[in-house]
Amino acid sequence: MTPPQRRRRFAKEQPRLTPLATEGSGGTEGKDGKEGDAKAPERLYVVAGPDGQRADLDLVTLVVAGADPPPSATPEQSAILRLCTAPLSVAELSAYLNLPFSVVTVLLTEMLTAELVQARAPIVRQATLPDRSLLEAVMHGLQRL
Amino acid sequence: MDFKGSDTIPGPRTEDHLPQTAQAAVKIVIVGGFGVGKTTMVGSVSEIRPLTTEETMTQAGIGVDDNYGSETKTATTVAMDFGRISITDQLVLYLFGTPGQERFWFLWNGLFEGALGAVVLIDTRRLEVSFDVIGRLEERGVPFVVAVNSFPDAPRYPIEDLRSALDLAEEIPIIECDARRRASSRDVLMTLMRFLHALATAKTRA
Repeated sequence: MTPPQRRRRFAKEQPRLTPLATEGSGGTEGKDGKEGDAKAPERLYVVAGPDGQRADLDLVTLVVAGADPPPSATPEQSAILRLCTAPLSVAELSAYLNLPFSVVTVLLTEMLTAELVQARAPIVRQATLPDRSLLEAVMHGLQRL
Repeated sequence: MDFKGSDTIPGPRTEDHLPQTAQAAVKIVIVGGFGVGKTTMVGSVSEIRPLTTEETMTQAGIGVDDNYGSETKTATTVAMDFGRISITDQLVLYLFGTPGQERFWFLWNGLFEGALGAVVLIDTRRLEVSFDVIGRLEERGVPFVVAVNSFPDAPRYPIEDLRSALDLAEEIPIIECDARRRASSRDVLMTLMRFLHALATAKTRA
């Protein structure tokens, strides 16, 4: 029996998808008004605030609370501060808060600016040399599983 | 608004807290078609119960997305399951299981580019669903290994036949695994790490 055969595509310029969900898009309003009864993006827009600027946050950026919730904290901010008394990734915050990743990054951007939380940047693979000592550390950790 | 306030949100269990010394995280992406076992693999090695992060897809996906939701839905939620392994007191590894279709990848900035590498999980009953994702990873220069999730009723091919069918370069590891078993899933991750290490070593010598 022969498995199906993959055919390589011809190398060509890939159109880059533009993430419409960023840039402060409550962006579906005004299309035809039907969005409101489905998943209601505009409600998320309200949670996130009108400013589309984001801090450079990765799914695995670790977030740590830097302060107790101020009296002015919103329920979302209080929840984030309570969740990340110990370091917690943005992905975990998104999961526990049941909010989309992009919305959590907007909330965190605001909180970073207000110095309510601190962010610990991930180690990402660069186009240059991967760090062998990092890879060795991960292997050692996996061996102990 | 369905956000109920801070008191009702379940957080991590006490034993799931990372130490305060956790300084940085790395990630590995497990990619494959639906039902191929991505979440099973994440769950078998994760120290926490697998969690789900979501992103809402708006106009970008409307009209091209036939597989998700009903036709009247105007915003689609794309979910990604993930798990976590503490490597040291300072370093944490996250594993993300993501659908193979590239049109979802843009939802998570840097998911592949920032990852150490990727595991392409395949099911020999539906080998062709992994063709596209392998091509995309090659084009983007993301290092990956191929893991064959050995379902009992799936056809078994010699590894070299699979390499030929998938048109994979000689150096790319292909391994069989049982995603339900922790030791087997761990071996897949170790294979990826050894492959990355070999690439790094070769680059240093170049």
